Amino acid sequence: MKTVVSVIGKDAVGIIAKVSAVCAECNANIVDITQSVLQDMFVMVMLTEISGLNCSFTEFSDKMKAIDPDKGLDIRVMHEDIFNSMHRI
Amino acid sequence: MINLNDIMETINMISEENLDIRTITMGISLLDCADPDIKRSCEKVYDKITRKAENLVKTGEDIEREYGIPIINKRISVTPIALLAASGGDPVLYAKALQKAADTTGVNFIGGYSALVHKGFSAGDEALIRSIPEALSVTENICSSVNIGSTKSGINMDAVKLMGKIVRQTAEITADRDCIGCAKLVVFCNAVEDNPFMAGAFHGIGEPDCVIHVGVSGPGVVQAALKKCPDGDLGKVAETIKRTAFKITRMGQLVGTEASARLGVPFGIVDLSLAPTPAVGDSVAHILEEMGLETCGIHGTTAALALLNDAVKKGGVMASSSVGGLSGAFIPVTEDAGMIDAARSGDLLLEKLEAMTAVCSVGLDMIAIPGETPAEVISAIIADEAAIGMVNSKTTAVRVIPAIGKKAGEELQFGGLLGSGPIMKVNLTKSPKKFIDRAGRIPAPLQSLKN
Repeated sequence: MKTVVSVIGKDAVGIIAKVSAVCAECNANIVDITQSVLQDMFVMVMLTEISGLNCSFTEFSDKMKAIDPDKGLDIRVMHEDIFNSMHRI
Repeated sequence: MINLNDIMETINMISEENLDIRTITMGISLLDCADPDIKRSCEKVYDKITRKAENLVKTGEDIEREYGIPIINKRISVTPIALLAASGGDPVLYAKALQKAADTTGVNFIGGYSALVHKGFSAGDEALIRSIPEALSVTENICSSVNIGSTKSGINMDAVKLMGKIVRQTAEITADRDCIGCAKLVVFCNAVEDNPFMAGAFHGIGEPDCVIHVGVSGPGVVQAALKKCPDGDLGKVAETIKRTAFKITRMGQLVGTEASARLGVPFGIVDLSLAPTPAVGDSVAHILEEMGLETCGIHGTTAALALLNDAVKKGGVMASSSVGGLSGAFIPVTEDAGMIDAARSGDLLLEKLEAMTAVCSVGLDMIAIPGETPAEVISAIIADEAAIGMVNSKTTAVRVIPAIGKKAGEELQFGGLLGSGPIMKVNLTKSPKKFIDRAGRIPAPLQSLKN
């Protein structure tokens, strides 16, 4: 099972490092990553393989969200099927 | 990898445009719960619902978390209770048993305190209908509906006459709570058996023992898509709505099949309705205004709504293995920020709403009317609406709330999804009493003879 981790918000140092650290901690394998900064807005989308997750999906998701306690970033962890079904026939 | 723009589009739809799964509704047949002893019957009803729907809310929440899609409501629809009430006893006991089951399972509504009397009353039907005011006043999460007509059988005017009184009584008995009982009571013509939306959901007798239906929503997404084509002609507008409806429905189909697999229950249908909420950016009226109407309710509104309703269906049909329910655009007044504004300003009148129901997916929905409106006028409103449904072979419904003790122009506040809104003017200068008192049956139209 693959999930899409998306982070959108104000750019800051170390966002990807923190996201990657959670992936490593939970044993989620990063399959693909794309990132850009547009007018100070940081946008990152990461595809991760979570079959080997060493914790529950909820814990993984909660840890991702805990990266940014100030809630300045919009962090979402979503099953890839939602995008496949909406945008591919 | 999935296209970045597609990912951003989906996330934007959810975070900015109020895209959500409006409801996962589990349909449960209660036919095997009937028992000559009503207490035993109620126990069986409670046991079956709590057994089948034990994991419904949790499964909904799990899917919500994993897929990142808000699933607003988890609900249950059951076999019309009139079928169980046929074996005698006070039907209100069933309402209480359903309420207890709703509390245990954690769902926010159970629909199906219903009777189907489009051709006449059978045992249990009349007793159930007469118990509706009490049932809705002693319960909080139970919804009731009565089908009083169909294209195949005509309109049961005895039932129409009775329902005018029942609607009024329901308002009176819940007058201390802004007449909320009436917000949970729908009178249908051509009711559908697999509708997942409240207040009109019930589990039809042609349905399987247990089934999962999904109702999707997303007026805000459609409006946002139309904002991106400010100058295209109406063909372009229809095309844009179709594309958006397709994406929304695909999401509903995914969630429905996933829920059905996890719960071990067959998947029923996706109802691809645009169901507004009072939240900003979640309004069907605003879609019509985005098309170019200065406000909803003026001339042109019916045409714009017809285009919207049709395009939503066309877009959704290909996206799902099975489309059903009501599928189209809802126009509930108190649940739609744009409709509320248009009703307040006097641009949207009851007569225009009636015309709009000829082309929308249901009917006169969540309309507060003056408390002085007599029962026969409510019956006449129901009869008009049923006639539109009967002749056009579509579902129509009436969910009006007589605001006891209040006049046109004042406001009712329900809160939550039910919203709030102004009390609309009803023409009370002359009376339809003699017509309604004739009762009997309006014969089925020629359209019924299709065989």
